[in-house]
Amino acid sequence: MFANRMFNTVVPVISVLLGLIAGAIIMLGFGYNPIKGYAALLDGAFGNAYFFGETIRQVTPYILTGLAVAFAFRAGLFNIGAEGQVIVGWLAAVWVGTTIEAPMIIHLPIALIVAALAGGLWGFVPGLLKAKLGVHEVIITIMMNYIALYLSNHLIRNVLTDKQDTTDRVAESASLASNWLMELTSYSRLHWGILVALVAAAFMWFLLEKTTTGFELRSVGYNRHASEYAGMKVGKNIILAMVISGGFAGLAGAMEGLGTFGYMPTHAAFTNIGFDGIAVALLGGNAALGTVIAAFLFGILKIGALNMPTGAGVPGELVEIVIALIIFFVASSYIIRWVLLRFKKEGN
Amino acid sequence: MLDVLQSIIPIALFYSAPLIFTALGGVFSERSGVVNIGLEGLMVMGAFVGIVFNLAFADVFGTATPWVSILVAMVVSAIFSVIHAVASVTFRADQVVSGVAINFLALGLGVFLTKQWYGKGQTDMVSQPFYSKNIPLLSDIPIIGPIFFQKVYVTSYIAILAAIVVWFVLYKTSFGLRLRSVGEHPMAADTNGINVYSMRYVAVILSGALGGLGGSVFALTIALNFSQSTIVGQGFMSLAAVIFGKWHPLGAMGAALFFGFAQSLSVIGAGVPFLADVPKIYLTIAPYVLTIFALAGFIGRAEAPKANGQPYIKGSR
Repeated sequence: MFANRMFNTVVPVISVLLGLIAGAIIMLGFGYNPIKGYAALLDGAFGNAYFFGETIRQVTPYILTGLAVAFAFRAGLFNIGAEGQVIVGWLAAVWVGTTIEAPMIIHLPIALIVAALAGGLWGFVPGLLKAKLGVHEVIITIMMNYIALYLSNHLIRNVLTDKQDTTDRVAESASLASNWLMELTSYSRLHWGILVALVAAAFMWFLLEKTTTGFELRSVGYNRHASEYAGMKVGKNIILAMVISGGFAGLAGAMEGLGTFGYMPTHAAFTNIGFDGIAVALLGGNAALGTVIAAFLFGILKIGALNMPTGAGVPGELVEIVIALIIFFVASSYIIRWVLLRFKKEGN
Repeated sequence: MLDVLQSIIPIALFYSAPLIFTALGGVFSERSGVVNIGLEGLMVMGAFVGIVFNLAFADVFGTATPWVSILVAMVVSAIFSVIHAVASVTFRADQVVSGVAINFLALGLGVFLTKQWYGKGQTDMVSQPFYSKNIPLLSDIPIIGPIFFQKVYVTSYIAILAAIVVWFVLYKTSFGLRLRSVGEHPMAADTNGINVYSMRYVAVILSGALGGLGGSVFALTIALNFSQSTIVGQGFMSLAAVIFGKWHPLGAMGAALFFGFAQSLSVIGAGVPFLADVPKIYLTIAPYVLTIFALAGFIGRAEAPKANGQPYIKGSR
C-alpha cells in the first residue's frame, strides 16, 4: 500500500503531468508543435531578467490567495470569496496609501494591516452566517464577491475620486515597489511583496502546525462533531478561519495595490487572482509549502503563456485549459489513486 | 405609471430569460444531489456555441438560424456537462471543485477557440440574432398588451413555459419523484431499485442542456458576440436564483424574474421618477444582498436537498 503522505505528493505531480500532456495533445490537434509551444512558455517565464521578474511578481498574489483558500479548507470551509476579499483588500490598501501621510515604517504596515482587515471583514460575514445559522459559505462568498466588485467600483468613482476610473497613485511611503528590484530585472514590476507572501506562508504553517489554535482549526476541519464533544467552540473556530483566510486574500489585494500597480482601477470583471487561488490551494494540497510551490507553477504558466503567441504562434489561452484540466485531475484524485493501486497490485 | 411599467417589464423579462433557463438546470442538478457551481461555465459554453454556430450557418438557415443555434448550444453543453457528471458522480470528486473546474475549462476552451478561429479576442457580431416582436392578438389587449406583449422576446415566454414544464416533470411524474428522492436520500432510493448514478447523470446532463440554452439565449438576445467577458456572473446569479427560489422550479423562476427586474432597474433606473434618486449602486448589488438575506433566513428558511453535494457510494452508510 502507498502511504497517504506519498499519495499527497504523487497525485498533484501526476495531475500536472496529465494537464500538460493534454495541453500538448490539443496543440498537436491544432497543428502546433507542442515542444516549441512549451519551450516558448518556459522562455517566457525564465528567458530573461524581465520575464523572471514578472513571473515572481505574478507568483506573489497567487501565494497569498492560495494560502487564503488553503487555510479555509483546512478548517473544512470552501472560501470561493477570495476574489472579493482581494478586491476589498486592494481598495483598502490604496485608500490608506493615498489618503494618509506618514513615514514608511508606519504607513506601509498600516496599509498592509488595513488591507488584511478589510479582507478579514469580507470573510467574517460568511463565517458568522455559517457559524450561527449554518448557511453554506460557498453561496455567501460568491455573493460577497459581486458586492465587493460593484461596491469598490462605486467607491472609486464617487468617493476616492471625482468620477474617475482609477485612483491616484499611493504615496511613496506606502509603496512596495523598489527601484533596485526593478533595475535588477530590466524594469519588470517586481516588488517587495514576495517577502510578505513568504512570511505569510511561514505564518500559516506555524499557526496551523505549532499552536493550539491551529490544532483546533484543523480538528474542526476533520470532524466538527468530535471537536464539539472535545469542548472546542466550533462556531468561534469557523469564524476565525474565515477571517484569517480573508486576511490572506486581502493582503493579496494589497500586493496589487501597493506593489504591482500602485493604484486601483475600476474593474469591469473579476481580477481572477482569487479564483486562481482555488487552483493553487488544491494543487498545493492545502499546505503552506505546497501552496508556495503550486503558486510558482501557476505563475510560470500564466506569465509564460504571454510569450506563446510570439514564440510559437500558439494562443496563450491554451494555458487556461491546462490549468482547468489540472484542477479536474486533482479533484478526481480518487480515480488516480484507484489506478495507482491497480498498478501496485499487478506489480506484486 | 403605465409608461414606467411599459419600459421596465419588457426589459425585466428580457434580462430574466437566460437566468430562468439556467436556474431550471440548476434545480434539476441540485435536486438530484449534485451541486452545480459549473452553471457559469455551462452558460459560457452555450453562449460560445450559440454565437459560433450562428456566425457559421447564418446563410444556410436564414431567419431560423437563432433557433437552430440554441438547439445546437443545448446539445453541446449537455455533452460538455458529462465531464462534471463523470467527475462528481463516478470519480467522487468534490462537486464544488469540479464545478469550478468546469467554469475554468469552458472559458479557456471558448477563448482559445475564438482566438484560433477568428484570430482575435472576440467574435464578430451575429447577423441573425433574436429580435423583439409584438405577439399577435395578445399585444392588442388594452393595458396588459402594451406592458407584456409588445416589443418582447419570444424566448422570455418560452422560459416561463419551461419553468412550468420543469415543475410538472419534477412534481407530477414518477421520473421527477425518483430524481428528487435520489437527492434527498440516495440509499433509500437505491434500496427501492432506483439507479442513483444514472439518475444523477441525467440530472446533470439536463442542467447542461438548460445552462447551454440560457447561455445561448443570453448571447443571441443581449450580447450578440462572444468574448471573455460575455458571460460574467449570470451563471452564479442563476445559482443564486435556485437557492433564493428554494430549489423549486417556480420559485427559481420567480427569483430569476426578480433578479432580471433588479437588473432592468439599474439599467433604466434614471428614467423612472421614484427611482431616479436611489443611487445606482443599491440597485446593482440588490440581487446579491437579497440572496444573502434569503439564505440567512430573513425571507423564509431555505433548505437544500438533504444529500446535496455528497457523492453516493454504494454500500456505505
